[in-house]
Amino acid sequence: MDLTERLQNVAVLGAAGKMGSGISLLLAQEMARTRLTPEGKGKVFRLALVDVSEAALDGLLSYLRDQLVKRAEKMVGALRELYADREDLVENGEMIDAFVASALTLLRPTTEIGAIAGARLVFEAVFENEPLKLDLLGKARAVADPDAWYLTNTSSIPIGGLDDKLELGGRIVGYHFYNPPAVQKLLELITTKNTLPEVKQAGDELAKRLGKKVFPANDIAGFIGNGHFMRDGLHAIAEADRLRAGGDWAPALYKMNRVSQEWLIRPMGIFQLIDYVGVDVMQMILKVMDTYLPGQGLHSELIDELVQRKVLGGQHHDGSQKDGILRYQKGRPVAVYDLVKGDYVPFEAFSAKADEELGPLPDGYRPWKALLADRGKDTALEQHFAALRGSKNQGAELAMAYLKASKAIGERLVSDGVALGADDVNGVLTNGFYHLYGPINTYTG
Amino acid sequence: MRKLRKEIYACAPAHTLYLGPGRKEFHPKKPRPGIEHYVFEAGRAAIAQVQNPEAIDQGVIGNFMAARFNHQAHLNALLPAVHEALLHKPCTRTEGACGSGGLAVSTAATAILADMADAVLVIGVEVQNTVKAMYGADILAGAGHYSRERKSGHVFFFPNLFSRRAGAYYEKWGKEESRRGMAEWYALAVENARRNPKAQEHHNADPDPRATGMTPPNPKAFLEHINVFDCSKVTDGASALILASQEGLKKLGVARDRAARLVGFGHCEGDLTRDPPDPCALTTSAAAARAALGSAGAKVDEIGLLEVHDCFSISGLLSLEAVGLAQPGKAAAYLLDGKTRADGECPTNQTGGLCGFGHPTGATGVRQVADLTLQLTGQAGDCQVKLRDRKPYGLSINMGGNDKTVVSFVMRAS
Repeated sequence: MDLTERLQNVAVLGAAGKMGSGISLLLAQEMARTRLTPEGKGKVFRLALVDVSEAALDGLLSYLRDQLVKRAEKMVGALRELYADREDLVENGEMIDAFVASALTLLRPTTEIGAIAGARLVFEAVFENEPLKLDLLGKARAVADPDAWYLTNTSSIPIGGLDDKLELGGRIVGYHFYNPPAVQKLLELITTKNTLPEVKQAGDELAKRLGKKVFPANDIAGFIGNGHFMRDGLHAIAEADRLRAGGDWAPALYKMNRVSQEWLIRPMGIFQLIDYVGVDVMQMILKVMDTYLPGQGLHSELIDELVQRKVLGGQHHDGSQKDGILRYQKGRPVAVYDLVKGDYVPFEAFSAKADEELGPLPDGYRPWKALLADRGKDTALEQHFAALRGSKNQGAELAMAYLKASKAIGERLVSDGVALGADDVNGVLTNGFYHLYGPINTYTG
Repeated sequence: MRKLRKEIYACAPAHTLYLGPGRKEFHPKKPRPGIEHYVFEAGRAAIAQVQNPEAIDQGVIGNFMAARFNHQAHLNALLPAVHEALLHKPCTRTEGACGSGGLAVSTAATAILADMADAVLVIGVEVQNTVKAMYGADILAGAGHYSRERKSGHVFFFPNLFSRRAGAYYEKWGKEESRRGMAEWYALAVENARRNPKAQEHHNADPDPRATGMTPPNPKAFLEHINVFDCSKVTDGASALILASQEGLKKLGVARDRAARLVGFGHCEGDLTRDPPDPCALTTSAAAARAALGSAGAKVDEIGLLEVHDCFSISGLLSLEAVGLAQPGKAAAYLLDGKTRADGECPTNQTGGLCGFGHPTGATGVRQVADLTLQLTGQAGDCQVKLRDRKPYGLSINMGGNDKTVVSFVMRAS
């Protein structure tokens, strides 16, 4: 059974979630496209979308309809070729409409897992919670095709454990999309020593068909992406704790957020990124990693405390940022949560003093956005970090320590065998986190 | 085309802002003025230049595809809302694809020549930023032969037709100099538009538009033989003017020195059901320019000002050859020698042309005649050029479709 045959009957578990909806969109588009090719023509395709509530599925269908239109608009050149034999479809608009209508006919939204009967590819995209994943995948196995392959959007839980507990015999891979899946090019493909070669091969082929760039990772909790991100975040929290020296958290968190965004020229500050991912999600991932990698300090009291106080971050339905460690106005951070006060403290209450302590950015500093499309960015980065190495102000010192910590994390991912090499670590950080440079670099001097 | 049997004057030229990507005011997700706004603004700005609007006998409005872009047909019935002087008077809408504006001017001129009117308000309008590019391409493809060409056509139907012309031109005359000529066309369009505050490219601050124009075409991203800078953009805009007989000018209360003479015009149709006979030549445009010059009794070397239909840089080059200013294959050299610049042999598209000013399809033909009127009456502001005595004529070419409906006008100062 080749990949196209398997694509005729697909299920997504947790389809209405943040990750599941994006994965469902990619699959609906690819299945509808395949149906127009010679190998797919005349065959029945179905995509079961499983989630817990009818309301969530309603929202999912609206999202899919809107997004399928946008994606069909972008592939209209290919549609003109795929619909070459349809005399009734002449204009771009007619082909876009036909494609979207066709893709919508594939969809089988359901709250009943029994509805995935006979599925040959099962995608799972529920919370990073091992018992939940085991429960759902176990139920899926009972009704899916006996030879079904499982692709789990797992960001930290070892795949080998799931394989063993579900007795899947190597028919499962980690298929870790980045948020939002429909946009982010990066896909971590995690295999174990038991993974069937044909499953890995299909994972690679499907990723290509979905327009993703695959970075392979070995089956060690956290893999490459979270393996770096979690430790990077913990470094920032530890540094903030050191800076506050028993005092208020707010100025220290503010400083580390600024240093990570501006001095390190990243797309956003570390605490903004944690809010984007979700403070509770970070806690969940840390918990998994700490379980499988004990003794490595993969734990944060600050994160636990924030979650307990419902300081969670994450996004609203419209994609806007919810308040987390930072408070946001029009998408920009304006205040930081203070654990002592139990409330947000506006930046202006302390930023003048904190900024003075950090000191100025190096002359000629250009932010991430300005360098993103600059072909000469490598030279600009060299100059920026050389200036940091020669500077003694607090901002520069924090940044250099951060850069070294990030590099050590990256190198350890290679030495521990999580990544095959430095290029894969750097590739995940540049493609999945939009960093301008990988953590394993020469900028530390 | 016959010599005109009576004198025709063009006066009261007016343009709205030509809005679209590139203008700082333009934001694709924010609400924008509708088609009525443009019709009213341009029409009323023209009428405001005459003392007696009641003297206007008729109205003509040129438009290509408002029925699809704006869900609004029957545009001629908008004209009485421009000014009550047009209520219960004959109003006509013309359509000849991107030549619709030229048809509007020639329809007005014909009404005056036929003694059916002494003063005619002419407006050209198109508001096309209402849909995304791939749907706009469908609408504009209506200028081609739908049943024969559209199914096998490209996503971007018209750009591809002119990409094919460019490819044939490179093959025949050499790619390198042709590309340099096309880049020069783009650069001049931008530089001219910078002097024109209403132009779509007025805010273009590219420090090296010639280098930008030389961006290699990429068929994976767009088309095989042209890049996006070789194309006019999608524009919302309207232009207007009033055509009048000598008697009409008096009745309107417009001084002679505020009017230019329309001394000849040519209107030629190509066969929509056939491919162009020569991809490297605009044969219908050439015929229309010849007819216009013949009608005016003027010669090519007496043209001192040119407005050509550069919907694509290649059509700009081909237009220079169609008029006869450059020999076949020599348009790039003509451009690179500086002959189309303000101080050159034949200043061309001095307000930016379609690539610089913008191309609201149904408005362009009116815009060209309005710009010639502004130049010939010394009202062109920073775009003003000084005509030499031995080259007193301005000539415009407005082309619909792939060189199918072409209307050309010859004008001079009064």
